[in-house]
Parts: sequence; C-alpha cells; structure tokens
Amino acid sequence: MPELVRVAVTVNGRAYERAVEPRLLLVHLLRDELGLTGTHVGCDTSTCGACTVRLDGETVKSCTIFAFGADGREVQTIEGLARDGDLHPLQRAFHEEHGLQCGYCTPGMIMAATAILERLPEPTDDEIREGLEGNLCRCTGYQNIVAAVRAAARMEARA
Amino acid sequence: MSVPELRATIVAPEEQETEVPQRGFVGQNVPRKEDKRLVQGQGVFFDDVKRHGMGYIHFVRSPYAHAKIVSVDVSQALELDGVYGTLTGDEVAILTDPFFELSTPPGAHIQDYALAVGRVRFVGEPVAAVVAASRELARDASELVEVEYEPLEVVVDGERALEEDAPVLHEEAGSNVVWSGSFDWGDYDAALEEADRVVRIERLHFHRFSSTPLECSGALVEYNRGTGQWTMHCNHQMPGIGAIWMAPSLRVGLDKLRFVTQDIGGAFGNKICLHPYFVACCLLARKLNRAVQWTEWRTDQHQANAHGNERTFLDIEVPVRADGTMLGFSVRAIDDCGAFPRYEPLGAIIWAQVTPGCYRWRNIRVDFTQVCTNKSPVSPNRGYSRMQHLWLTERIVDIVAQQLELDPVEVRKRNYVRSDEMPYETPNGCIYDSGDYARCLDIALELIGYDSLEEKRKEAESRRKLLGVGIGSTLDSGTNNFGQSQLVNPELQFSGNNEVATVKLDIFGEIVVTLGTVPQGQGHETTAAQVVCDILGCTPDDVNVRPGHDTYWNSHAGFSGTYASQFAVTGLGAVKGATEKLAAEMKKLGSVVLGCTPDDLELAGGTVRMRENAEAALPFMALGAILNANNAGLPEDLDVTLNCRYVYRPQFEVPDLERKFGNLTLTYATQIHACVVEVDRETGAYEIVDYAAVDDCGNRIHPQIVEGQVHGATAQALGAATHETFPYDEDGNLLTPNFYDYHVPHAMDMPPLKNGFIESPSPFSPLGAKGMGEGGGAGIHATCAAIQDALAPLGQPVVYDSCNPYNRVWELMRDPAASASLVTVESRDGSRS
Repeated sequence: MPELVRVAVTVNGRAYERAVEPRLLLVHLLRDELGLTGTHVGCDTSTCGACTVRLDGETVKSCTIFAFGADGREVQTIEGLARDGDLHPLQRAFHEEHGLQCGYCTPGMIMAATAILERLPEPTDDEIREGLEGNLCRCTGYQNIVAAVRAAARMEARA
Repeated sequence: MSVPELRATIVAPEEQETEVPQRGFVGQNVPRKEDKRLVQGQGVFFDDVKRHGMGYIHFVRSPYAHAKIVSVDVSQALELDGVYGTLTGDEVAILTDPFFELSTPPGAHIQDYALAVGRVRFVGEPVAAVVAASRELARDASELVEVEYEPLEVVVDGERALEEDAPVLHEEAGSNVVWSGSFDWGDYDAALEEADRVVRIERLHFHRFSSTPLECSGALVEYNRGTGQWTMHCNHQMPGIGAIWMAPSLRVGLDKLRFVTQDIGGAFGNKICLHPYFVACCLLARKLNRAVQWTEWRTDQHQANAHGNERTFLDIEVPVRADGTMLGFSVRAIDDCGAFPRYEPLGAIIWAQVTPGCYRWRNIRVDFTQVCTNKSPVSPNRGYSRMQHLWLTERIVDIVAQQLELDPVEVRKRNYVRSDEMPYETPNGCIYDSGDYARCLDIALELIGYDSLEEKRKEAESRRKLLGVGIGSTLDSGTNNFGQSQLVNPELQFSGNNEVATVKLDIFGEIVVTLGTVPQGQGHETTAAQVVCDILGCTPDDVNVRPGHDTYWNSHAGFSGTYASQFAVTGLGAVKGATEKLAAEMKKLGSVVLGCTPDDLELAGGTVRMRENAEAALPFMALGAILNANNAGLPEDLDVTLNCRYVYRPQFEVPDLERKFGNLTLTYATQIHACVVEVDRETGAYEIVDYAAVDDCGNRIHPQIVEGQVHGATAQALGAATHETFPYDEDGNLLTPNFYDYHVPHAMDMPPLKNGFIESPSPFSPLGAKGMGEGGGAGIHATCAAIQDALAPLGQPVVYDSCNPYNRVWELMRDPAASASLVTVESRDGSRS
C-alpha cells in the first residue's frame, strides 16, 4: 500500500482531517471518505463538470485536483448551499423552471452557476451559456437550465 | 383486433365515463417531487451506496478487436496486498451458462458470457476482473494480470462482414449474420408499374452513436449466503428482462436476483444490456463473500457498453407519381450490431412499428440483415431502431423532392397520413392511433417564420452564408407488443406488455405508491401522484410515491422497466387501475363504518364522505387506522386490504407470423421539427440559427415534463446530427472513447428551441396519453434536410449520412457530383437522369 498523506480541509464550514493516498482525487475524498455524495463523477477526462465544487471560492472540477491539493483550504459542495433548510435561489429556480431531469449533472451545474451569479448579477443568456460550458447535461438540452439561472438572478435581485 | 373492431371500442370523448375529475391535478405543472433531494445532492445513485469491507471491481479489458486468448494469469495480481480476488473467463465458462439468444440460427448459436471465453471480439471486452480494497488498487492490480493474445483478422464494416472471405466472429454460428429476413407488404411490383418516375438511391448510412448518459453503469452487489440471494443496488433500467437473462445463466430462480434502484443518472436505453457485467459482479460477490462494486469508467462506457445500431441502406427504390405521391419503397438494410447481439435482433423488427413513417405509403419491401462486427455491442438507444428507419423515410422524401423539384413541405402534406384517416392501419397492420401531422408541420413552419424564408436566404447570402431549411417528421411509437419478437423468432414465448403498481392506504392515512418502473429523470413520482390524487380526492402532497424500484416491493412484472416510451400508458395505467381498486375498497370500508352503501359515498378533501351530507365523513387516517389497527367488530366477509396491486395490460394479439402483420405498438406520438441552418460558403462550418419542435403526445399529464423531454431528445438528436459519432479505425479501435473526442452538445452548442404542442388524445390508452420520450430523432432528419437545402445552389449534393460534421459538409460542397451520383431518376416515358 502506498504511503498516506494527511489532509486537513474545511468542507461546508466543517473541519475534517484524513490520511489518504497521495493520488486520491478531491472528488473521491468528498464522496468516499467524507460521505458527501452529492458531488458526482461523469467522465475520466475532466470534461463533464458533474464534480464541480468551490475551492476557496473558485469553481473547480474536483476530479482535476488531488485531495492533498485541498489541504488547508475551504471547499463548498452542493450540500453546503441550503441555509437553515431554505433552498438557495439556484436550487429553487432549478426546481421551478424544470432545470433538471435525472439530477446527475445538477449539483455541478448549480455550483458552476453560483459563480456566474457572483460575477454577473444580471447575466444575459449568452453569458449563462458561456459560464456553463464546462458542464454537460444529457437530459435537458440546457434550455431550462439557462432559464433557471436567469430566474435565480431575478430572485437574488429581489432579495 | 382489426381496425373496424378497434374503432368500435373507441368511445367519443363526450361519452367517456372517466374516474378522473375534469379539473384535477392531471394536466397541470405540479412541482416535481424528485427535485428537493436532487437539487441538494441528496439523491442516491448506485455509486453512493457503500458497504463495510466492500471490494472494488476493475475489469481487465481487451486491447485487441479480435484475438484468441492464449492464457490469462492472475497470480501476480493476487499477490498484491489489498487484492481480494479475481475472476476469469475460464471460471465463468464453468459457473454459468451462456445468455440465451433471441435470434433464430445463425444468431441462436452465438455464445455470450459475462467475460470473454477463449476469444475477444471487440476492444474493451472484459477478459478478467480484479477486486481490491480501493478502486485505485484494483486498477493497479489489473495491470498485473497477464493475458496472452493471438491477434486475428478484424472486420469493422457491416458489408465487409457479409463477404465470403470475411473473418467470422462467432465460429459456432458459422457466419457473421445474426438474423436476416424479408418483408413484403402491399403490392410493390404493381406500384412500380403504376409509377411515373422511379427514384433510386444507391446508399445511405445511419451512423453509430449513443445517448451516453452522464452517470456510467454499475452496481453494488451483495450476496446472502444463507438464502443464496443477490441484491444489486444498481442502475439497470429494465430489471424484468435483466433477470430473465441473468437467472438461467447463473442457474438460479428469478427471485434470487433482487434489483434495487433509486436515482439513475440518465439511461436512454443504454442501461438495458448490463447483464454480462452484473453476472460477473454476482459471481465475485459469491466467490469472495464480500459486497463488491463495479463503477464503469467513461472510456469503458464508450468502448464496451452500448452503442446505437448502425444501419446501411442499399438499393433504395421509390415509385412516385408525377404529382409527388409516393407509392412506397423498397430497400436492403444491413444493420451492424457489433460483437454480440444481446437485445438484438429485436432491432431487426422494431423499425416495423413505423414501416411507412408518417406517410400513406402502401407498398413496401424490406430486405433486412443484421451482422456482427468487431465493435462494441449495441443496445437500445433513445429512438431505438425506429429512428434509423424514420431517417430513411425522411431522406427519401427530401431526396425525391429534390430530384423532382418539388416543395418538401407540399410533398410531405401530400403523403402524410391525414387526421381524418385515424386510427390508420399501416400496410403491416400497425394502428396509428391519432394525430394531425400536417397541422403540426404548419405550427413548426410558423415558429421558424417560413413565410419570410426567401428574404432570409438573401440576407444570409449577403453575409456569404447559405441558408437552408429542413423538416423532420417522426412517430414515437410507444408501448410495445412484445409479440413482434415472434416475427424474428417464432419460438420466443413473448407477447403483449404489462406494468404494475401498488397503492395502499397506511395506518396514519398516508397514501403510498410503488411503481414497477425504473425512472431516470422522467418524473414518475410526480405524475403518478397526479393520477392518484385526482382519483382519491386529495393533493399530490398527500401521496408518497416511493422513488425507484425494488424487486422486494413485488410491484413488477415481466416487462417492468422504463424504456420504449410507455410510462404515460403502462405505468400510469397501472397506477390508475390500482388507485381505482383502492378507492372502491375505501368506499366499501367507509360504508360499513357509516352504515350506508358504497354508492352513497365519495372521496373528497382527504375523506370518504356521504355524497348528500359532507359532514358525515371519515378522514383517510380513520380508514387506515380502522382496518390496520382497530378492526375488531368488522364483518367477517369484508374483503378489504387497502393495499391494492394492479397489472395494466394493453390489448394486443400475437401478430400473424405468415404475413408479418399485426399491431406492434399501442400509441404513436408525433414530432414535427423544423431546422434552419446557415452554412459558411468557404469552410462548410454551419450553425443552427432557428429551431422548432412540435410535439403531439395526446393528453399531457404534466406539460412541463413533456416539454423537458422534447428539449432533451432534440439536444441528443442535434448532437448526433452534427458531431457525435463512434468511428473505428481498421484495427477496431474506437476513435472517440471519451468526452474529449466524443463531442456532446455543450450549453453554447444548443440553439434556443421553440416548442409547439397539440393534443390528439389516444383512444387506446387509459388516460388518452401517449409515451413520448424518444421522438428527438426528428432533429437528425431535420438537420440533414436543412444542410441539403442550404447546399442545393452548389450543384444539388445529396446528404447521404446521418452525421454531418463540418468536414463532411465541406466535402459535399467541394464535390457535389460525388453524392449526387448516388441518386438516379427513371422516367416511365423511358428517359433516365
């Protein structure tokens, strides 16, 4: 067995420490070691974006980063979006606009969209599509995903 | 049943007695029940399920497309610390029987096992399996498995596979042919005589691709030594058929296989043929006495799980009258199913559900041959087999229109089956239940502004762009009559169809629904609740529909699953039947308690109450509690369980096997798509600049879900039409084994879609609804037609392939004569062009 490395990481505000194989990917740390299975895996080439999380605020595909690369850093996953039982505006909007079908791409899609709305509070459809280009969906044709991000922007503007 | 008999069974809408109130939740966009967990990352997909001490499976796969296996040595892998065990083809050959084949000979003789036995036949075929404490370790250990191969000659082309000197994949079959048969309906020779022109197309090719669900396949499998039973937490989308394949192979009874699914990350037919992998998992769980998990890698899914059928159409002949009326067609089809048939040769008959497409063609002759090649096996893929055939019918219409200088819109309208002819019997006995194709086409054309097309062409021309418009017409035939399998093999004991649901009233008044289906995003929990609450007089929030599927729920039957566009008919038909049974029982129990007759009662407001006196009411909770926990004094003969199971069974006959004639599906949803492309004059790069999809699936249970299905199916079609393809090199290597090389549409690739809907209720289905998830193929047809239209000024090239990336369009532009020469027109005054 390879030698293990220690990783101390804060995920959704909670501190974790684990000894892991150096080659363990962040996505597998989250899913298999920490039990945060909302972050998904859809490819082996960092193309699909199902594993998108926020790392110190940056959107990253968690399959492109070794777990030890998150050492000493903060991760936010889909499980950390709702507050006190209230859905995040993007979660509400995906639900209301039918922005998901099977739900497999949804966590990554929503995490990517959080970054779009932080950068562009009133994004155009083209800006939304550009912002989601790294996330694949095989169910929706993206039409209602774009509508959901638009709707979430409106909700946040009202809030 | 004949058409007159069927007609007699149809009740006019105003005369229909329906249990479903007119203004209920059915037909409304109620909030999806599935979403709350899915948007929070709280869904449970198979890879989210873990067990203490479990092992991870990694398959050792063939690097060769065709080779003899000389030896497999797992000893080094077994020595690695943390490796729990292995499985080889030799063990599989001893411990299991080959999966049964659906085909008659020669395909019947093919031997298909969970792992390669003696020979590999495609790159990526599993040769051995390794189980270890982590997925990384299992992968390491698989590198230590030594397999010696002796490469054999490779065949990757369906036509080449038929040649005398072609290498044969399955020696026991003696030939690469799986199945062949000819179909001859109407009087094709007379149609040829009657024609003013005969259009001949030398060859058309429908390419390989698949829907590539974002979640790969897999299962966590546990073996219970005490009972000899396996539990598979998995994403199989058709467990009924999966068990029928697996149990005899494993030499156990069906009940030894428990399939459990909750959330599934898309399937699209690609998760129907998982039985070889699952048998390997079962053998390993038993051998190692340990829970094991197999999670397919993306590369494996592309190389070795499920492609859509590739089909080459040869010697197409179309007799046409001068006014553009087509009398039928004849064709020779070669279908390439890859290395193993598995669900095939059902694809060799499924197309016959839509034999004449949307058209009134009465004389059709099809010679169909299915072959094996050294490529990934196929499996049903959204639009399965009908999509390939409908692409042919649509290509025929557009090529004939081009050759005879007719307007493709007018030709379609002239040839479409008309709404006043519904229900319409096709030449092979299928019954198109309802629809209005011409009206759908008008709506689609209006959505893309067809009236101002010529101005748009000129405007595009000023930018050096060629603008083209194309139409795609399809039928999404849903709710199979499995009797059609007997048309490929009369020995098969399959016919009809069925689906199951149970609905119960629990002790605290909760309504609990279990489905036999295996949803993958289609919103079954939501639509089932809509149907239930309308019958029971409550709201969707009062109805708990269990997510997913579990064999232990006993709510499944032989054809249970989610496939072939049928939930709105079979699944909801079962839900409706079970709920009506429960409603009757609730009234019966209520009548005993309230001292009246069941007819005096109604279900409303979450109670059973007197029609004449709403104050005399029992809440659901009282009914549930009385029967389940407080039943002393109830009459001995009160036969009420408040737990009702219903099997929905559509009315089908076994087809006439001599004439190959009969009704093969219950409902036909319509999709008419219109596509506008702009092609760059210099490079062939093109963009879809406008797109409309019009859908008619009868009564819509949940319009938003229907629209979502249309969007998704269209996106898959546009992906397939433009970029998605599984090409092989001559050595049998797949050139697009991942999402880098296999380009599925991204958000920026998709044009905004315009949608239109009409509702032509099905007279044959329980709710007037039709299955509708697979109609997206229209997008392939429409895109091909639009490209052909755009390029017409350059010398009338013919779009001959279903996939047209920019380089192929550029080739069509560069040498239009090459493709144009595929088509000839014979005039019956003797001239030929």
